[in-house]
Amino acid sequence: MTTAQERWASFNLAIALFAIDPAPLGGIWLRARVGPVRDRIIQALNIALDTDFFPRLHPNISDEALFGGLDLSATLATGHPIQTEGLLSKGGTVILTMAERAKSALLARLAGALDAETGLSIIALDEAAEEGEGLGHSLSDRLGLHLQLDAIPQSAAQEMEFDSTALAEARARLTHVRHAPEDYRDLCLVAKALGVTSLRAVQHALRLARHSAALMGSDQVEQADLQLAVELALVPRATQIPETAPPEQARPPQPQETEAQENPSDPEDPQTEGEDLPPFEALIEAAKAMLPPDLLARLAAQRAARQSKGSSGTGNRKKGNHRGRPVASRSGELGGGARIDLIATLRSAAPWQGLRAQTTAPKPRGMHIRKVDIRVKQFEQSSDRVIIFVVDASGSSAMSRMAEAKGAIELMLGEAYARRDHVALVAFRGAGADILLNPTRSLVQTKRRLQDLPGGGGTPLAAGLKSALDLAVLTSGKGMTPSLAVLTDGRANVSLDGSANRAQAGEDAQNMAKALRGRGVPAIVIDTGQRPTRGLDDLAKVMGAAYVPLPRADAKSLNAAVEAALPSA
Amino acid sequence: MSHAFPFSAIVGQDAMKQAMLLTAIDAGIGGVLVFGDRGTGKSTAVRGLVALLPPITAIKGCPVNSAAEADIPDWANVADRNVVEKPTPVVDLPLGATEDRVVGALDIEKALAKGEKAFEAGLLARANRGYLYIDEVNLLEDHLVDLLLDVAQSGENLVEREGLSIRHPARFVLVGSGNPEEGELRPQLLDRFGLSVEVKSPKDIDTRIEVIKRRDAFDQDRAKFVKSWAKSDEAIRKSIIAARKRLSKIRTNDAILKDCAALCLELGSDGLRGELTLLRAARAQAAFEGASEITRAHLRAVAPMALSHRLRRDPLDEAGSTTRVMRTVEAVLP
Repeated sequence: MTTAQERWASFNLAIALFAIDPAPLGGIWLRARVGPVRDRIIQALNIALDTDFFPRLHPNISDEALFGGLDLSATLATGHPIQTEGLLSKGGTVILTMAERAKSALLARLAGALDAETGLSIIALDEAAEEGEGLGHSLSDRLGLHLQLDAIPQSAAQEMEFDSTALAEARARLTHVRHAPEDYRDLCLVAKALGVTSLRAVQHALRLARHSAALMGSDQVEQADLQLAVELALVPRATQIPETAPPEQARPPQPQETEAQENPSDPEDPQTEGEDLPPFEALIEAAKAMLPPDLLARLAAQRAARQSKGSSGTGNRKKGNHRGRPVASRSGELGGGARIDLIATLRSAAPWQGLRAQTTAPKPRGMHIRKVDIRVKQFEQSSDRVIIFVVDASGSSAMSRMAEAKGAIELMLGEAYARRDHVALVAFRGAGADILLNPTRSLVQTKRRLQDLPGGGGTPLAAGLKSALDLAVLTSGKGMTPSLAVLTDGRANVSLDGSANRAQAGEDAQNMAKALRGRGVPAIVIDTGQRPTRGLDDLAKVMGAAYVPLPRADAKSLNAAVEAALPSA
Repeated sequence: MSHAFPFSAIVGQDAMKQAMLLTAIDAGIGGVLVFGDRGTGKSTAVRGLVALLPPITAIKGCPVNSAAEADIPDWANVADRNVVEKPTPVVDLPLGATEDRVVGALDIEKALAKGEKAFEAGLLARANRGYLYIDEVNLLEDHLVDLLLDVAQSGENLVEREGLSIRHPARFVLVGSGNPEEGELRPQLLDRFGLSVEVKSPKDIDTRIEVIKRRDAFDQDRAKFVKSWAKSDEAIRKSIIAARKRLSKIRTNDAILKDCAALCLELGSDGLRGELTLLRAARAQAAFEGASEITRAHLRAVAPMALSHRLRRDPLDEAGSTTRVMRTVEAVLP
């Protein structure tokens, strides 16, 4: 790990490299909270790229603002089509603010715009507070520079300096920069050692190295350039700490190049200052020194956060099975995907026709529609939540537990109309599990179904979880958001195939828990035992679920625990 | 974009390339789904394929790329009725596209400025006789998915809204790509894709190096790089054209039909779409290889991509469905 000053200096260099030619690098993923340090970076970018400001995109930007479209009010006023220009169609560098909130639809569009290679580059300002939040992969993978500004104190953030003549010279030199054919292999090996699977990262590293050589005033990519490229493009994406001895020792002879341009005249020995290591090992060593010491812990936290949320950090996607329920239209701007309500628009324009016909100078044919007349359709959309109760109906305390679960379900359904919750109930006992209540919002049906519930027998936890998983998959296919509440006090003692084999049962339950986690179903495990049950908290961990010991669960406290632990719709 | 990365220059990813070529030979196979890691050349392959496909002949001004004047829909106001060669249309369906943009809608500009009721064709019209490419198909909004299912099945787009009643042909090859980590695809849509392939980042260091090397050469001098691969692209184009001609003459004997049925039965795929696609894909494969009849080798070559997405999923099966298909193929077709 290096000091803050050193990191700041390397950021300065990174921005200089970016400024030489932004488009091939895709852009910058700037992870930082709002503050003077981030402002400094933006200011530096402005200086380096010699602009006054960057066009800003926000996460809810409309397609028309992005790509341009028909300017309806101007079109109506003039009588012939007038197009507006979109922010992306101009190319250049743009800023995406609050990038952590950008939805995958926007990210896909930005990624597509980058892929079209129109000279666009994007600076994504990511203010994610927690691991697992943050810019989605589809865009971050396409941004060459990943800068993490946290832990840089304001005192270290000096004003950045750029030599504009050097940048201009570097720009002119860039097309002449060549690199040794071995560099492909070296960068690929370093990427592999760091666990970077994306090939785009290697491409970005190669381009950065070329930019670096150009900035140094050299036509040949040197070891130092590669090292810088690794530090800027590969190290921030590392997912593992490289082993000390890289798997491949000797470099096999390079196959003959077909492209003449890739055959530079006898490259100088890239090793400098008597380093004994072959270049890529030296690169890996250098990369290792740059890795943050808490890398592994952070990666684990990221994975956990991602898995428990089951999304790429862009928030819960609402599928909205009630999408498109039209409500009354109202006056508004066209754009942002708004749909015009033609009839209402004409109706609102109708009373004015006489007046407008008199005041409009060249008499147009047809109706006079002004901007104020335009009515757009409104749609109501929301995503329904399903809470699947998985209740242990085995053993002695089965009756009371079932009764409380029933109570909690009824309480939830009581508020269902306000909150759009659906509830389902899976009970497991004896040799298997039954879905006692399919997802429903009907209180009446629930009461009738749950009147008398059988209890007793073994604990086929795995079977219960499996039924719940099936149900969760089914409901999410219907556009609902499933969550699980597991109520039990015992350890699994009946395996999936129905046999009373404690070891197998435990393993099956673990496997099902893993499958649930893989599906990204949020869950809570409520331990209703008198004392915390051994192993149940571990199972909750595997499931990515909250573990709540609740020895004397009554319907109210159960309801409160579930409400607190599961994400709201 | 002036130059697409040449299809033949894509390193590895043979299954993906094969699947795309098969749909180019027989559009009736019904589309390709490419699921896999980021940065594995999914969209590059689609663009490359399109650059390589032989052009279609169509009426110049026709919004649905009609081949003959008689096919022009009556709502279309076509000024230029000359028959010209057009490149095979490829239409991107962006995420979050509005329904209006996809199916077409009342031309508001004309309606308001001139008071005419005219239809503005949508993306589905433009994709007729070509490709509809959906990146991140698994993130597509549900109502659009329903719409696409309907059109893909009927080959016709029907618009009934705002006082319009319009229909036009919409036959296209659906190409979807996505990353399964970000969301699953609904089984109904999954089944509608004829072929599906999984792509992975190459693990082998030499392959990775080759990818970077070619991409870098492409970036350095596009025209030159495209030119240096033009011959191999041309060879593929010729074999596609030859295979299309041969397609109808390929013989299918009853033993192969029996094999198809046995395979699908053993795998327990839903419905008969599995058999039909398997047969069509095998026929296209045979045509591509220049064979005169379908053999078991052709079935084996296409079975994983034609069937792997039609199996019932088992949450505890770690191996993945492609492996299951391969195992079954080995058992059923010795």
